[in-house]
Amino acid sequence: MKKFTVGALIAGSTALSPFAAYAETEIQFWHAFTGRLGELVAAQVEDFNASQDEFKVVATHKGNYSETLNAGIAAFRAGEQPHILMVFEVGTATMMSAAGAVRSVTKVMETSGAEFDPDAYIGAVKGYYTSTDGEMLSLPFNASTPVLWVNRDAFKAAGVDPDTDLSTWQNVGEVLTQLRDGGSECPLTTAWQSWIHLENFSAYHDVPFATQDNGFGGLNTELAFNGPEQVAHISAMGEWARDGKFFYAGRRNEGGANFRAGECALFTESSAGYAGIKAEAGFDFDVRPLPYWEGVGNAPQNTIIGGASLWVMEGHEDAEYKGAGQFLSYLSSSDVQAQWHQDTGYLPITSAAADATRAAGFYDENLGTEVAVLQMTRNEPTANSKGLRLGSFDQIRGIIDEELEAVWAGDKDAQTALDSAVKRGDQLLRRFEAAN
Amino acid sequence: MEKRVTFKGWLLPLCLIAPQVLVSAIFFFYPAGQAIWQSLFIPDPFGLSMQYVGLGNFEYLLSDPYYRTSFLTTAVFSLLVTLCSMVPALFLAVVADRLIKGAGVYRTMLIWPYAVAPAIAGVLWLFMFNTRVGVVSWYLGQLGYDWNHVLNGSEAMGLVVVASAWGRISYNFLFFFAALQAIPKSVIEAAAIDGARFWKRFWTIVLPLLSPTTFFLLVVNIVYAFFETFGVIHTITSGGPQQSTTILVYKVFSDGFVGQDLGSSAAQSVILLVVVGALTIFQFKFIERRVHY
Repeated sequence: MKKFTVGALIAGSTALSPFAAYAETEIQFWHAFTGRLGELVAAQVEDFNASQDEFKVVATHKGNYSETLNAGIAAFRAGEQPHILMVFEVGTATMMSAAGAVRSVTKVMETSGAEFDPDAYIGAVKGYYTSTDGEMLSLPFNASTPVLWVNRDAFKAAGVDPDTDLSTWQNVGEVLTQLRDGGSECPLTTAWQSWIHLENFSAYHDVPFATQDNGFGGLNTELAFNGPEQVAHISAMGEWARDGKFFYAGRRNEGGANFRAGECALFTESSAGYAGIKAEAGFDFDVRPLPYWEGVGNAPQNTIIGGASLWVMEGHEDAEYKGAGQFLSYLSSSDVQAQWHQDTGYLPITSAAADATRAAGFYDENLGTEVAVLQMTRNEPTANSKGLRLGSFDQIRGIIDEELEAVWAGDKDAQTALDSAVKRGDQLLRRFEAAN
Repeated sequence: MEKRVTFKGWLLPLCLIAPQVLVSAIFFFYPAGQAIWQSLFIPDPFGLSMQYVGLGNFEYLLSDPYYRTSFLTTAVFSLLVTLCSMVPALFLAVVADRLIKGAGVYRTMLIWPYAVAPAIAGVLWLFMFNTRVGVVSWYLGQLGYDWNHVLNGSEAMGLVVVASAWGRISYNFLFFFAALQAIPKSVIEAAAIDGARFWKRFWTIVLPLLSPTTFFLLVVNIVYAFFETFGVIHTITSGGPQQSTTILVYKVFSDGFVGQDLGSSAAQSVILLVVVGALTIFQFKFIERRVHY
């Protein structure tokens, strides 16, 4: 009898649910956020759903960045794709080449009739996701840039003045020696080594990472990060690793655990590390701009972004695109953006959101949070600092990681390792060119 | 003089083998055929276009020194996993076989690790050997050994081998234990009366009688090391550092599902298919001859 009741309830509820769905058009949104970021996205979605009753956005977590992209691709092949898919910046070239699978944000906004002004977005952020003929392909959502995090207590413990000038690597090099001699076991660690110490390094010093304007100019691009500037930097870091001044923790953001636990004095990591560091660090910290080598290239130029953007997939009804457009428009409104920027440390994607944050006094109360914004917008981007658009880039990063590990372990010198990474990466670029 | 059963007509035997043939066709021949077909193309990730390249994918792979090294890595890894999971299992089974009291509890405890999924096992071992918070790496540090599997390839290999073999010991234990129980006591008692010590009895009687089980486990464990360990590798090292733990099947996964390079991934599956086929034929041809049933 009991079994029967339960069965009837299940049957009843499944029969009923389609009726509920008729009232509102559902918009599927797949993202890669967990923890605090996941909660914040859920709150944004709930807020949007409450603000109108025509559409209902359903947000689903699909794993980390790579897994989310894979889920989207697999779903597209099966004809089950979501309306909105979050793709990290590394997957940008993959998505752009899939002309039949994605619909540009510019087009979606036209369909939806939502308010949309491409010029409202910050240039360096927008440039990454805009085609050469000015069509905005995806909506920048969470964008960050690398900065230098400082554990002030660790400086004091090692007898080094925490207010020392750390704007150049020359200075940082000396400070690392002082920190080590002062007893620090981990003077410097990093997250995302390829992103920070090669991709951003190249943009910041205005030297090419790849030919054809870092891939913006066409698929026949070749890697170029084995130039003298990059080799000198990696070589210096290799020496620091050997001398116990640089501690390598892993390919992603494993080093974050060491920094937040107070073990490391300096940490190069995304500005979006803010939420985690603020929550966990039991020490006095501050944020400095990413260091540069004085006299190398045109440093300091500007740094580039990491993070993800939202892509709208093809193959849905017009009414659904209208909803997707409205949701994207809601996400980029300046209130939502300003709040997001202040909660997470991600960059504001519109100038209006940055202004609203400044006007609210957030930067004065939270010193250092503006560093990332200033660092990214300090100069008009050049061909070398606009961003990267390279196919198979997730795999190329894997290759770079392997070769850099060889340098940190002392198995290869910087020149050999970077030459090898370029050679192996170029093969993947040629395959990508053949496939698209 | 074998005893043969013969059927009258074709219908009944066909019906009897149909399920097996059908299952093999749907779950093995069809996907394998697909893999061979796909290995001739470079498709784009979304399946919107395909570029025919003939044997280009194979040329690309075989000219890559890292891919060639991956064969050696796979051989070393499989051999170590097989050894590290079979030898301790045999030892534990022999010891458990001599137990009289508490044998049930002991057995159950030994079988438990098998219930842990490979990826979870990977995470557990990773915790113990984490360079920062790991218990084992901390003790090693106290002894003056600086454990760092993030940069040291041999340590990384050691760790993935142990993590892969650990859960497998239980599985092997079960089979060895059952086989030991099946050896008639009278044979061993007779040898004991003749004055053979434990080790003598073990080498000359027990081990040869266990050979069918050992052979079966050898095949099964090598296949396990080849195909099912990638969860462990993914969670612990992701194939690094410098590809020192990238075994063939892990590369299939990472190129296909992380790198979206489905052509190369398919070509690798085909190569893997050939390798495992050859290995199995070799095992049955040459090693099985030494097995006494």
